[in-house]
Amino acid sequence: MKYKSLVINSTNKLLFGTAPYPVTTPRGLIIGGGHVYPEINFTIPPMEITEKTIPELIPYYKGIVSDTLERAVHLNSEGIIVEFEPLIEMTRYPEIGVQLVKAMNDVCEDFFQVHGMKSELRLTPNDLREFDKPPKQRTSAYLEPMMELFERGANAGGDLLSIESTGGKEVSDDAIMMCDIKKFIFSQAVLGVRDIKMLWGKIVGIAKKTGKIPGGDTACGFANTAMILADRKYIPKIFAAIARIATIVRTLAAIEEGATGPDKDCGYEGPFLKAITGIPISMEGKTAACAHLSPVGNIAAACADLWSNESVQNIKLLSGMAPVAYLEQLEYDTRIMNQAIKDGEDTWLKLQDLFVKSDSYHDPQAFILAPENVITISAEIVKGENYVDATLRGCKKGLELIENAQKEGLLKRDEMEDTWLESLKTELYNMPADEEKLVEDVLPTIDQNKIILSEYGL
Amino acid sequence: MEGLLEKIAYCVEFGKINKNAPYPPDMKDQDGADELTKQAIDQGINADEILKKGLVTGMEKVGIKFRENKVFVPQVLMSAKAMSTAMEHLKPFFQSGDVKRKGTFIIGTVAGDLHDIGKNLVAMMIEGNGWEVIDLGTDVKSEKFIETLRSYTGSYIGLSALLTTTMVNMEKIVKDIKSEKPDIKILIGGAPVNEEFREKIGADFYSPDPQGAVEYLNKLIA
Repeated sequence: MKYKSLVINSTNKLLFGTAPYPVTTPRGLIIGGGHVYPEINFTIPPMEITEKTIPELIPYYKGIVSDTLERAVHLNSEGIIVEFEPLIEMTRYPEIGVQLVKAMNDVCEDFFQVHGMKSELRLTPNDLREFDKPPKQRTSAYLEPMMELFERGANAGGDLLSIESTGGKEVSDDAIMMCDIKKFIFSQAVLGVRDIKMLWGKIVGIAKKTGKIPGGDTACGFANTAMILADRKYIPKIFAAIARIATIVRTLAAIEEGATGPDKDCGYEGPFLKAITGIPISMEGKTAACAHLSPVGNIAAACADLWSNESVQNIKLLSGMAPVAYLEQLEYDTRIMNQAIKDGEDTWLKLQDLFVKSDSYHDPQAFILAPENVITISAEIVKGENYVDATLRGCKKGLELIENAQKEGLLKRDEMEDTWLESLKTELYNMPADEEKLVEDVLPTIDQNKIILSEYGL
Repeated sequence: MEGLLEKIAYCVEFGKINKNAPYPPDMKDQDGADELTKQAIDQGINADEILKKGLVTGMEKVGIKFRENKVFVPQVLMSAKAMSTAMEHLKPFFQSGDVKRKGTFIIGTVAGDLHDIGKNLVAMMIEGNGWEVIDLGTDVKSEKFIETLRSYTGSYIGLSALLTTTMVNMEKIVKDIKSEKPDIKILIGGAPVNEEFREKIGADFYSPDPQGAVEYLNKLIA
């Protein structure tokens, strides 16, 4: 582990809108430089996507971005990030993705030239490797189109590069369903870290070559899967909270490889990354309810440098098209945050306090995101001798904080979950903190038909 | 006899696989579904009775508790493990034809979609209810469903999708299957899917939860 101490070790420095290492974009947005910007994302209704339909897709995408930026101009926005998360075919056939990036970037540039509106595209190609069964994380033929879209898309105007990588998913889904924290930690601290290091070595290389910004990754496919299942009462919330902590080191590994932020919006591990590394982060909360429900609607904003809606389908609402409506919501959310920043430290901290207190005692998943808990857990993580040890330390500390808050009557308890807290504790305190030993323990218990260990260098 | 079958059902309901299994803690060192099923066979209890009154009853009970949010998925999975362990003892009776499954259910996540948690859960619940389940996995195209259907005539189909963008593939698969086998019953499920969409694409049943799919299938053969 590269990080041995926290870059932000005080709760009153872990704030929204500011990061020790802000990122400046080509059109002049300074992310983490004292201002929170909206990050808008959208998806399209079902339609045919092939190279032949590019002429239909281009005006469609241009229209969405144009309408959204027009609203941003109308609202006197100081700038926005537009995230382009391609649909599978757009990464599989990179020419489609590249053409769309170029078209959308042309719109961004027009608005910059005409209105001075600063906007940037975040390009997040799909991780296609899951389509190999079992996935070939290092040797997959899918890596080629993925990297082609990164490189050509960057050259076409994708200024921030990100991905929702999937290394470890062969094990994590079953681990979540069984609430098996040992296997889950194996999937993150062993498989996830190994995969991210390989993948982000390539992405950072492309970013350097093209002069673009290597944003960051997200544990969306892991911790958010747990969060959604907990929301449906399929698994205990306490497991989802500890699983969130267990994902931190995998996404941290991308930063160790050279990612500079802003980290991806759907990675609720972002505040921990910010405390450990000082990079700016994107977050999503109540204004992302269009994409998924969550127990962290307000608290997610506490340390955000970009504030995102995650994704919304381009459908007509009473006010207008959904991405435009959501841009407006994000803009108003960030206006309050930016006004608090302008009003000085007391107001800034007060607003953060409201974000935190309004959520943190309703759910353990929100509780661990309270800045003081983020700092405490992160401080334990950086003490780790290795990724497994760091993860175990973080998870144990998180569980301890949750248990204490429940005992004090601060954090809401759910009787159905009590036995799970105990069993999680037993598991965590009986788990090896050494990668080799953990691998030795877990390998006999996983379905090896679903995973190619050599693809992780194991 | 009834007492033993009730005990088997109880073990399945609470996920007690065998004597050595540590779960559930309050049944430590007690016989599990594995030992009790063997005892039932040794005592000459009809295998079909063991299946229906013991194993399936236990799974039905846990399925209902799950639908009512009284247990979490891992507890259901433990029940399924208890059932599948016990089923090993019943294998010879299936092979001889003394015990029959309720029918065959073919399930898969539609082309372009790799999500399988919900699909796996449905497959497990249906299998636990005495059906044979053919799980085609994720990213499954029409051709694969149709080809499998040819090998398992008289079966039912389940399609899962998690993405709005793959709902279009679900529609295509339903259309392709129905044009090959118009009378086949197709069940659909997944986060973006609803009753309105089911009606639009011509599928036969939509359920927001696994237990609903189980009950629909059981009604079909009642």
